[in-house]
Amino acid sequence: MAKIIAGVTTSHVPAIAAAIDLKKQKQDYWAPIFQGYEFSKKWMAELKPDVVILIYNDHASAFDASIFPTFAIGCADEFLPADEGWGRRPVPALRGHSDMACHIAQHMILDEFDMTVVNKMDVDHGLTVPMNLLFGDLTPEEQWPCQVIPFPINVVQYPPPTGKRCYDMGHALRRAVESYPEDLRVVVFGTGGMSHQLQGTRAGLINREWDTRFLNGLTQDPVGLTKIAHSEYVRETGSEGIEMVMWLAMRGALNEQVREVYRFYHVPCSNTALGHIILENV
Amino acid sequence: MSEPKLSAYLNEFEDIPGTLIFNTFRSRQGFNLNQFCMSLMKEPNRIAFKADNAEYLKQWNLTDAQRDAVLARDWTGMMKEGGNIYFLSKLFSTDGHSFQHVAAIMTGSTQEEYAKMMLEGGRNPHGNRSKSNPSL
Repeated sequence: MAKIIAGVTTSHVPAIAAAIDLKKQKQDYWAPIFQGYEFSKKWMAELKPDVVILIYNDHASAFDASIFPTFAIGCADEFLPADEGWGRRPVPALRGHSDMACHIAQHMILDEFDMTVVNKMDVDHGLTVPMNLLFGDLTPEEQWPCQVIPFPINVVQYPPPTGKRCYDMGHALRRAVESYPEDLRVVVFGTGGMSHQLQGTRAGLINREWDTRFLNGLTQDPVGLTKIAHSEYVRETGSEGIEMVMWLAMRGALNEQVREVYRFYHVPCSNTALGHIILENV
Repeated sequence: MSEPKLSAYLNEFEDIPGTLIFNTFRSRQGFNLNQFCMSLMKEPNRIAFKADNAEYLKQWNLTDAQRDAVLARDWTGMMKEGGNIYFLSKLFSTDGHSFQHVAAIMTGSTQEEYAKMMLEGGRNPHGNRSKSNPSL
């Protein structure tokens, strides 16, 4: 049977994509950010998962203003990097796991989480940046070392799902994975965050203290975090800090008890407090 | 589960300074504006738009306020007319600008001042939490 072995959260700042594509990794501004993922890349290279289920949000790339699916799952065999206004990113196409994704979608719907099935979509920086940060900077001719099931959650149009709903959804995702007959080792990513606001006169808001409490809670008391209201995310961490509900979706897919393997927090990454944590099931 | 109270939910955001929440009502209001922005994900459309902004906008059925805000690159104005930052990013990417460039404009600072604030740890939440209680 398939098994979830670990969870990863990371911010997915689009400026990281630009820094990689323009080869700025060694510049003073960017070097500490990429340095913060050196451990993670080694950890991932040793772990060698078969499948990554990558929870992220689409930033008006695959889904235009005509549809905002709350929970969606990519069931295609392949996903191309989206053209977000300056051409497709020069990274490899993502190899999906169509059979497993179809299994998960159906299992979750019968488990009362009504997934939107997506049979064709491009994936934007929300997905490709975390792939780069954990698997390295690959050229389009290379291949990502594992299959990827994209799992977009709406956090663009309010209300997004509550933190509790995301956490409960993680439980359902786990039940679906664990009922898949093939012996696959799966890592779940929850991406986005941490504090950032990209709009209005309050743009640039950063709340290190709150972010630190959230990181602590993610490891030790995720149920406590599910009680945070959307208005608190926005007030304390900025309008885009709401992305952290996706971290709770990842956390819900892990055991109650986890081991924190690694943590990295850095301000600033463009407009954002960059946060990253690795949790292993114990 | 307790009964969800939508109006109370939406009202809580109104007390947060300098922040427009892109809810389903605003999504309706900004639909044409946001779809125009989406069209800029295709190279031929970017070329046509760059050649003549006003002419390209005619096909998108924008309100006068939306059209004027786009032509003036009034980012806050576009958001008030239902634009969402991730859709608007297609427009400023087409112009060759970054999120940080546009964030600086919306806060009324230069990009240098804004970048410096970020390097120094970002905007402090203190005093930026509540319109009704600026001491928070």
